[in-house]
Amino acid sequence: MTLDHLTSRTADPSRLTSANGVSRRGFLQAGAAVGGGLMLSLSLPFARDEAEAAAADGFAPNAFIRIEGDGQIVLTMPYVEMGQGTYTSIPMLIAEELEVELSQVQLEHAPPNERLYGNPLLAGVQATGNSNAIRAAWQPLRQAGATARTMLVSAAAKRWNVDPASCRAQSGEVLHPPTARSLKYGELAADAARMPVPESVALKRPQDFKLIGTPAKRLDTPAKVNGTAVYGIDVRPPGVQIATLAQSPVFGGRVKSVDDAAAKAVKGVRQIVRLDDAVAVVADHMGAAKKGLAALVIEWDDGPHAKLNTEAIVGELEQATLNPGAVAQNFGNVDTAMASAVTKLAATYQVPFLAHATMEPMNCTVHVRKDGCEVWVGNQVIPRAQAAAAKVTGLPLDKVVVHNHLIGGGFGRRLEIDGVTRAVEIAKHVDGPVKVVWTREEDIQHDMYRPTFFDRISAGLDGKGMPVAWSNRFAGSSIIARWLPPGFNNGLDPDTTEGAIDLVYALPNMHVEYLRVEPRGIPTAFWRSVGPSHNVFVTESFMDELAAAAKQDPVAYRLALLDKAPRAKAVLELVAEKAGWRQPLPERVGRGVSVQFVFATYMAQVAEVEVSKEGAVRVRRVVCAVDCGTVVNPDTVQAQIQSAVNFGITAALYGKITLKDGRVEQANFDSYQILRMNEAPAIEVHIVQSSEPPGGMGEAGTSAIVPAVTNAIFAATGKRLRKLPINAAELKRPV
Amino acid sequence: MATKIKVNGVDRTVDVDGDTPVLWVLRDVLGMTGTKFGCGIALCGACTVHVDGVAIRSCVTPIDSIGTSEITTIEAIGATAAGAKIQKAWLDREVVQCGYCQSGQIMSASALLASNPHPTDSDIDGAMSGNICRCGTYVRIREAIKQAAQSNKQGG
Repeated sequence: MTLDHLTSRTADPSRLTSANGVSRRGFLQAGAAVGGGLMLSLSLPFARDEAEAAAADGFAPNAFIRIEGDGQIVLTMPYVEMGQGTYTSIPMLIAEELEVELSQVQLEHAPPNERLYGNPLLAGVQATGNSNAIRAAWQPLRQAGATARTMLVSAAAKRWNVDPASCRAQSGEVLHPPTARSLKYGELAADAARMPVPESVALKRPQDFKLIGTPAKRLDTPAKVNGTAVYGIDVRPPGVQIATLAQSPVFGGRVKSVDDAAAKAVKGVRQIVRLDDAVAVVADHMGAAKKGLAALVIEWDDGPHAKLNTEAIVGELEQATLNPGAVAQNFGNVDTAMASAVTKLAATYQVPFLAHATMEPMNCTVHVRKDGCEVWVGNQVIPRAQAAAAKVTGLPLDKVVVHNHLIGGGFGRRLEIDGVTRAVEIAKHVDGPVKVVWTREEDIQHDMYRPTFFDRISAGLDGKGMPVAWSNRFAGSSIIARWLPPGFNNGLDPDTTEGAIDLVYALPNMHVEYLRVEPRGIPTAFWRSVGPSHNVFVTESFMDELAAAAKQDPVAYRLALLDKAPRAKAVLELVAEKAGWRQPLPERVGRGVSVQFVFATYMAQVAEVEVSKEGAVRVRRVVCAVDCGTVVNPDTVQAQIQSAVNFGITAALYGKITLKDGRVEQANFDSYQILRMNEAPAIEVHIVQSSEPPGGMGEAGTSAIVPAVTNAIFAATGKRLRKLPINAAELKRPV
Repeated sequence: MATKIKVNGVDRTVDVDGDTPVLWVLRDVLGMTGTKFGCGIALCGACTVHVDGVAIRSCVTPIDSIGTSEITTIEAIGATAAGAKIQKAWLDREVVQCGYCQSGQIMSASALLASNPHPTDSDIDGAMSGNICRCGTYVRIREAIKQAAQSNKQGG
C-alpha cells in the first residue's frame, strides 16, 4: 500500500484534476462502457446515477475502486482518516471481496461529491462522524468489491473461453486452476470494463473472511512515524505565505481600530488583513506572523455579549427545566407509578462546555484567484468546505478545488467549516496562496464547544428497591438543529437524546423531555461521543444512585434489570468478572461501573479510582467489555477504546470551558489540561465475539468512562458528583 | 541576519530574526514539516527535536541559541540506533492514531532510550509526560518504549 497521494506536500498539478471531482469524472466517463445504475444497486441512496465507467485501459466499476491498466489498484476513501483507523478498515471491506492484499492498494481521499460519497447514515451529507463509517460502509463497500471481482472474473473467463465458475480470484489475479493459467487484474481491466454489471453478487460467508476480523496493520502508520505524513497544516504550495490571526475575544464582537505600525516593522511580516471581526498578520513564516500579531494594538467593540458569563447561561438552562419540554420518550405512566413508589429520588446534573483541543491546531490554506479558488485542509465535511469557499469568494462551486488531508485530530471540530470560511476571507486580500494557522490560544478560545446541559432527573423505587418510574427533563443546545436542520423535528433530534431515551434496562414507566435552549454568545458543535457524552453520565450516575438507595451492589442491581437485554447483560457480566468486581480494595480506592448501548454498540466499563486525602483523583485501571457486533479490525477496536477512555477521563478530571465578560477563560494546555502519560491508567479491553452487524467504535468509550469514574469516586469516598468536571476540593477527606 | 545551523547533518543558512523559534525555521523556512506545532509555549511536546541528542521544545528555542549544535528532527531520527528501534516498536505496537503528536513522542522516546537503555515505568513517565497525545495512545507508547528497550537487552 502506498500513501503517495497523502504525503505530497506541494501542489501537484496532476492532482488538481482529481481533487475537484470534475475532471476525473470526465476522464472516467470517456470510455463509458459500464451501464448506469450500479451505484443504485449498491444501495447507497444518495449516490445514484453516476456509475463510474471505464477508461480505455482501466476499470472503475464504481466510485470506490479504480484498476489502472498498469495494475495499480486505487481505492477512494469516502471517510476521512483522523486517527480512528478508517483508512485501514474501509479498505479491508473492499479488499476482502475484491480479493486483493492490503499491500496492493493505493488510497485516495474522495473529492467533494455527495451523490457518490454521501454518508447514508448522515442523511447523505459527505461527512465522517457519529462513529458510523463501518456501519454505513459494511454492505455497500463489500458489494462494491464483489461486483468488481465478479466482472474481472467474467473478463478472464471470456478471454480463456471457460466457465467463470471454474475461475477464482486471489491476490489481485484471476486464476483458472484446471489449466493453471492466471491473469493480473491490470491485464483484465480494459476487458472487465466492458463486462455487464451483475444484477446481484454473493458476499462471502463470515467463515471465509481472510481480512475482516484480523488485526491488520494500519496503512497510514509508516508515514506517521517518519515525518512524511502530510496533514493540512503541512501543505506548502509554491509561494505560500503564513498567516495567523486574532478574532474578537467576545463572540459577536467587532474590530474597532487597529494600530499595525509596530507589526509591519517586524522582519518577515508582509501584510495586515483587517476583517470585521478579526485581524490577520501575513508573513514569511509563522514566527514572524506571531511576532507581528503580538505587536498589533487592536481595540475591540465587544458587542452584545460583553458581560456574559457561564453562570448566567447555566442559570437559563436550569430555569428552562422548570417548564415542560418536547417529549422524547414516554411509556407506561410515570405519574401513577411515582405516586405509588416506596422511595423517591430526585437530583440535578450539569455538564460544562468543552473544547476539542485537537493536537493539530485549526488551519486552512487557500489560494484565491480571479477565476478560481484552491483550498487545502483536513476536514470531516469536504463538500461543505467547498461550498464555504464558493460562498465567500462568490465563485461557482466548480471553480473551487478542495484538497483533503490527513486530520491531526477531529473529535467533531472538523465537522465545521468556520476555519475554512475564515481562511478564505483572509486569502481574498492576499496575492498568492496563504496558510492561515491559528495559535493554540485562538484554537481553544474560538472553538465551537460541546454544549453545557442541565438535567432534572427523578425516579421511584418499589419496596424491593427496584425502579418503577424514571423521569428526566434536560435543557441545552441541539447541534443537529443547526448542522442538519431536517433532523430536528418537533423540538427533538436523535443525537441530543441518544443515551437518555433508550436505556438498556427494563424500566416499566419512563418519561423524558428535552428543551432546546441555545446559549447566547458561544457557538456549540459535536464533540466526541456527542449526545451520549452528556446523557450517559447522567443516566449511569443516577442508576448508581438508585442502587445505592436500594442498598444493593451496583453491578447486581443493573443485572437484575437486564434480563431482556442479553447483549448488555453479557458485557456487564464479562466486565465485572475481568475487573474482579468483588475483590477488596484499600481505603479511598473504589470501583465504578457503567453500561450503555449507543452508536449501535454495547459496552460496559469498570474504573478503579484512587482519591487522595487532598481530593486528587487518579484513575488506576479501566476494564472494558464491548460487543460491537462483527469486528472488522480487532486491533482498531482496542485502540479506539484506549483512546476514548483517556479522552473521557480528561473531560471528567479537567474539562471545562467557562466565559467571563464574554471571553473564554481557558487558553492553552495549562488552563485546558489534557491527561498525560503519568496520569494514564492501565486499560484492558475484552471483545465479545459476535456475528451481528458492526456497531460504531470511535466514541462509545468516551461516554462510558465518565460515569464509571464518578461512580468509582462514590465507592471510594461516599461523595456523589453530579457536576463535571470533578472538583478535588469536594473530595478532600473530612477532618 | 543570516544564521547558520546544522540540521540532520546538513549546513543551512536562514535569514530570520534571531529570536525566531527553531520550530518555524524548520517548518516554514526549510520546509521540514515532520516537526509539529501544538501549543507554542512548551506545554505539549509536539515540536520536540534533538539538539546535540537532547530532546528540546523547538517552539520556545530561539534560532540564535543553537550556535554550532546539531539539530536532529523526525526526518532523520531513524538513522540513529535508538530512533530506529523506537520507530520499529511504534510500528510493531500500532501506537499511532491521528499521528499528529507522534513525531514529538518519538523524539522524546528516542532521547530517553539513547540516554537510558532500560527505562523503568517511572523513567518513562518522567521523559514522556511533557508530550500530550489527544488520542490517548499512552498505553501503547509505554509498551513500545519497553519493547524497544527489550531489543537493547537482546543486543539489537
